[in-house]
Amino acid sequence: MLTPKVLILRTAGTNCDVETDAAFQLAGAETALAHIQNLISGKIDLADYQILAIPGGFSYGDDISAGILLAVEMKHKLTDALNKFVADDKLILGICNGFQVLVRTGLLPGVSSSKNGVPEMTQQATLAMNTSAKFECRWVDLATQESPCVFTKGINAEIYLPVAHAEGRFTAPSDVLEKLESNNQIVFRYVQSEYPHNPNGSDADIAGVCDTTGRIFGLMPHPERFLMKWNHPRWTRLVGTSGSSSEAGDGLAIFKNAVNYVKSHGK
Amino acid sequence: MSSTVKEIDILNADDTELMRISREGTLSLNLNEMHAIQHHFDGLGRNPTDVEIETIAQTWSEHCVHKTFKSIIDYAEAGKAPERIDGLFPTFIQRATEEIAKPWCVSVFSDNAGIIEFDDTYNLVFKVETHNHPSAIEPYGGAGTGIGGVIRDSLGTGLGAKPILNTDVFCFGLPDTPYAELPKGTLHPKRVFNGVVAGVRDYGNRMGIPTANGAILFDTRYTANPLVFCGNVGLIPRNRCEKSVEPGDLVVSIGGQTGRDGIHGATFSSAELDDTSENLGSVVQIGNPIMEKKIVDALLQARDRNLYRSITDCGAGGFSSAVGEMGEHIGAEVHLERVSLKYDGLAPWEIWLSEAQERMVIAVPPENLDELIEICESELVEATVLGSFTDTHRLQVFYEGRIVADLEMEFLHNGLPQPIKQAVWDPPKHPEMPSRDKETKDYTDDLCQLLASPNIASKESVIRQYDHGVQGGIVINPLVGVENDGPSDACVVTPVIGSRNGVIVANGINPKYSDVDPYLSAAGAIDEALRNIIAVGGTLEQTALLDNFCWGNPDKPDRLGELVRAARACYDIATAYGTPFISGKDSLYNEYSDTTTGEQRAIPATLLISAICVMPDIQRAITMDVKAPGNSIYVVGNTYAELGGSHYFGIHGFIGNNAPIVRPDEGKLTMERLSTAISKGLVRSCHDCSEGGIGVAAAEMAFSGGYGMSMNLGSIPTGEEISADDMLLFSESNSRFLVEIEPEHQQAYETQMRGVPIGCLGTVTDTPDFVINGTRAHQIVNTSIDTLKSAWQAPLWW
Repeated sequence: MLTPKVLILRTAGTNCDVETDAAFQLAGAETALAHIQNLISGKIDLADYQILAIPGGFSYGDDISAGILLAVEMKHKLTDALNKFVADDKLILGICNGFQVLVRTGLLPGVSSSKNGVPEMTQQATLAMNTSAKFECRWVDLATQESPCVFTKGINAEIYLPVAHAEGRFTAPSDVLEKLESNNQIVFRYVQSEYPHNPNGSDADIAGVCDTTGRIFGLMPHPERFLMKWNHPRWTRLVGTSGSSSEAGDGLAIFKNAVNYVKSHGK
Repeated sequence: MSSTVKEIDILNADDTELMRISREGTLSLNLNEMHAIQHHFDGLGRNPTDVEIETIAQTWSEHCVHKTFKSIIDYAEAGKAPERIDGLFPTFIQRATEEIAKPWCVSVFSDNAGIIEFDDTYNLVFKVETHNHPSAIEPYGGAGTGIGGVIRDSLGTGLGAKPILNTDVFCFGLPDTPYAELPKGTLHPKRVFNGVVAGVRDYGNRMGIPTANGAILFDTRYTANPLVFCGNVGLIPRNRCEKSVEPGDLVVSIGGQTGRDGIHGATFSSAELDDTSENLGSVVQIGNPIMEKKIVDALLQARDRNLYRSITDCGAGGFSSAVGEMGEHIGAEVHLERVSLKYDGLAPWEIWLSEAQERMVIAVPPENLDELIEICESELVEATVLGSFTDTHRLQVFYEGRIVADLEMEFLHNGLPQPIKQAVWDPPKHPEMPSRDKETKDYTDDLCQLLASPNIASKESVIRQYDHGVQGGIVINPLVGVENDGPSDACVVTPVIGSRNGVIVANGINPKYSDVDPYLSAAGAIDEALRNIIAVGGTLEQTALLDNFCWGNPDKPDRLGELVRAARACYDIATAYGTPFISGKDSLYNEYSDTTTGEQRAIPATLLISAICVMPDIQRAITMDVKAPGNSIYVVGNTYAELGGSHYFGIHGFIGNNAPIVRPDEGKLTMERLSTAISKGLVRSCHDCSEGGIGVAAAEMAFSGGYGMSMNLGSIPTGEEISADDMLLFSESNSRFLVEIEPEHQQAYETQMRGVPIGCLGTVTDTPDFVINGTRAHQIVNTSIDTLKSAWQAPLWW
């Protein structure tokens, strides 16, 4: 069977690449960490991969605003490769800063479907400064929504993951929000609306969204930080209680879903 | 024209003129040292250039060479014969490590950080630095570049370690200090606090390094001289821990451009601050964490491909120190016009000394240069060849073809005269505070006041701003418990995802005991750091220590006497516990003077002990929050009537005299037995007793776990007769813990702890009531965990 190949895109300021790489490896994929310079120069070809992951961090220092410089670079320097990647029904995952990048490229939420297979790269939403006006590192309860997202198939109705960001407040014009609801593009919501349960003040408690096909997925929480059960902040309280004997953390399922999807749709 | 080189006329200078040259040039050299330089150049028959004298001043600065710790000290103490100490560092720190002789110590005191073994593939490096003077003047930039600097220490150790964890400890003035009481020219403690926290946050978070351990202390004496300790742990392959330099290797600078920022940082930090120091903006550096991240990304690739032979960071003294140190045993030549500059107009000595941040220097065999440059280009980071290492045993600096410095390495590194300093220790006497048992039957308010005192109060508002989960390895968070908000004793991380091998990092610091005796403060700091390691599941056997001394002016005999006391304690206690020092640093001259009134302020003698422990199986880790009603709470270790310098005395305006003593014969057995009990899975939660004693530790355990407690003080094991309830409840005796034991493990636990004083205080209850019965059969604390938690959480939430 095909071993899915994942390209983990790096640039100056990317800093969650190693754990994202570990996550896909634990999920059974073959991975490559690649600096965007090596994609632009042609040294590495995106077409050789089935999954593109954009990890968390502070790409280019988040100068101007979070994720924007990498988004511009991807849109304008990797235009054809990226269009083809999407048109070939491949998977894209953006975590935290990667989600910010995908939103700023317009690939997410991608409320209007693509024309002739070319995605509409116009920004429709944004991830603004947290309402608390500061960086927040904390674990949050997420409710998994009914959606076409291939990354969250069959995962628990509620999942507990950490967030760590200053610019995570998902906000969009009301017509975009309405389309997200009617297209079932909201993948994760914070379980409660009040701060700090909704840690950033996102509209409709949105923590993650997918495009209309479910193959492009972005989220503010960090599933790659919950690969082992000992990453749970209260694992010492759960010792001896009933529960799965697995050593895997709940975040791993998201990466496994992606890998399994490519395996079953492999080309 | 600033790009010229000046000759400094010292051959004809008298003593007054020599000191004028030192002072006006911010050289921080004393007369003895100026004489040594004068004598050396007299022998050469010429004057030094400004580049040369600046190079010597940097290399000989307290900051770079730690001359106080190497000096000869004549020490006097009332009632004792005078003593001559040939260097505090060799006598008390290095000797302790040599005598303990742990086989897992890979490199100690020689590289930019200490190195210990971790697993079959990797070693760990650990270093803690201070950035006090810059943070006093420009808190955000000072603290950010403090963390940036210590990260480069890890990166500059061996052939470069990957930074995996930050730890930060701050000491500030009181947050409610009235503006009218601020010393002239100083910033308000709250502004310093916010700036420092933001600086560490923005640098650490952008670098993608978890900040998972730390402490924040407050004392009015830190107002003019705040302390900022920044630490970093790195992970390094076992076969990348050695460095060497060969003649012919290229001197290559990697990273940021050079500007006029941070000039004289090393010498500035080797002098006292005064009310005009705020005008010294140019001595504080400017940080750019993304530049540093790019350097890490590029260098770790180059390291793994073996492209360079040696590496060090450009910290204090800039290129002058970095190249001077790397070429110490062979020689080096550097061409300053090749340095990539932020802007034109820098004089050669400014280029040479600039402490512009985010620069590393590596020694590259010429045949590897192209491959190195290719990596740097793909990571968008600049690499510049500045010159080469030679076999001349000279440090030769050129600018546009002219030689501007030509110094013998021997004189530069060994020409510093060993100073002789005077030290006295005269123990203070403070008024004693009697027990309040006669005045009051209820200590609930005292307990709430203690929980609300800024040193003890929750630091959650700060901790949440630090990313502690990045790199995916956190196992024990800095905040634990049912609502993820209790104060963890230490943090545990797994630096290799999927591995069960963990690293524990903890710290100990208690400057209040220095008011009684810096010996007890230092001893207590070691004991506290070790308690914190033990409390989460570590062992003494696998623990190494770092010492960071922040002191006043060591040229004053009383301050130096305090330093001798503290250093002696380091030797005594570290050897008794068998925990070696692997690295350390000192920051002296933390004093402030008002140039108009002559008012002088010194910080309390402050020793930070950082501890690192390798944990073979993270599944054995435990936390401090109580887990279930019905479990028993035990106190482990003897309580003594030791409240000198305690927080309880502090809230009533007393210092007292009986500060806690460390009794390593008792403490070692206690910690060893408890470690074993924890590793056998017999202990459900554990918290060390420190500030605020048993009362505060019990309250923290209860409200963090979300359950009440019912306890009796009469069961506390004591090492001497104590009849007063407040003494029992709030004594800060060392080597004590509170533990939670499940009923089915009680017997096995008691058997395991045989030989160690333990007492069953009571139980965890399923109501929120927190009740303590005194020795005279009445309740001395009766409240709810919600009240206690609110008191603890409210103060620093701004």
